[in-house]
Amino acid sequence: MGRPDRGRTRAVSEDRRATARDEERLRWLMMAAVDGEISGDERVELEDALERAPELRNELEAFRRLKEVTDTMSPRRAPGETWDTYWEDVYRRLERGVAWILVSVSAIVLGTWGLWQVVRDLMADTALPPVIRWSVLALMAGLVILFVSVVRERLFVQKRDPYKDVVR
Amino acid sequence: MNGPEPTDRALVLRAQNGERAAFGELVTRYMERAYYAALGLVGVHEDALDLSQEAFARAFRARGRIDPDRPFFPWLYQIIRRLCFNHTRDRRSHRQKLERAGSWLADTTMGREAASPERETERAELREQVSRAIDRLEPREREVLVLREFQALKYREIAELLDIPIGTVMSRLYGARRALARELVEAGVVHVEGAAGDG
Repeated sequence: MGRPDRGRTRAVSEDRRATARDEERLRWLMMAAVDGEISGDERVELEDALERAPELRNELEAFRRLKEVTDTMSPRRAPGETWDTYWEDVYRRLERGVAWILVSVSAIVLGTWGLWQVVRDLMADTALPPVIRWSVLALMAGLVILFVSVVRERLFVQKRDPYKDVVR
Repeated sequence: MNGPEPTDRALVLRAQNGERAAFGELVTRYMERAYYAALGLVGVHEDALDLSQEAFARAFRARGRIDPDRPFFPWLYQIIRRLCFNHTRDRRSHRQKLERAGSWLADTTMGREAASPERETERAELREQVSRAIDRLEPREREVLVLREFQALKYREIAELLDIPIGTVMSRLYGARRALARELVEAGVVHVEGAAGDG
């Protein structure tokens, strides 16, 4: 009982795959016909397919009408002055990119150093109650953990982001 | 006296040695193509300008990875499309875009034929509808449609630019046209017996 059923199932799924391939091929031929990239043999193949499925003629006709519409349009021209300063704008971006890196790195270094100085002075100040000194230490530890956690999350997301590369 | 135009390869090699002026020549050579590629993908002048310039800036920073023996523009185009896809994926920019929505398409028949004010208004509405319908397409389908319709690339050229099989180019084009035709038939812009999008 089981074997014939399996055989029938396989035959049905092969039929479906073949149908899907035929449909895909027909779509390609319609596109090629609309864009004038169809060969003589392909045109005959398309005509045969349209004979068998006349409802597709309407679809092909709609694509042709659409093509007529889009053929009368083009992207709006950019204002002429766009090109006069284009390279200068790119150059400014490059300069600012370097500036931002310098500012960011130096800000992190100076901020960390300043914070360390403050914490060190507070910890050395014996006049402060111990609970305050320990709170400062706990605050610093918390900030470091938060920083590490955020950086790790960013790296984790970046590594697994399906859109980080071009999606084809 | 001007010598022969330096090749892309020569300019890339000079840029890789840190010569910004050489990279500037590459920018000047490809800025219009880069801008219109971005415009086709995002549909807003300011965004297309910003994204295409950002693509050049990133290309300069990554110039060490350019293979001078391969064409420069397809490599740059990969950066452009990545930036544009990320941009359109960003809901905030999408919202801003809708607020600024207007047709990014122009009429190529303008000036070639005398048209009445009514006809011009009709054409403007048509452009608006077509550009909005294109804006709603799935980004990868939109990309292929724009490259075919507005940059007049052949299937083979699109396949090479995107590094995908020609069959995939045609399938995406079919998907784009089907969605576009469905919308424009429903809007009564494209007239045909039986809608393309039926079923």
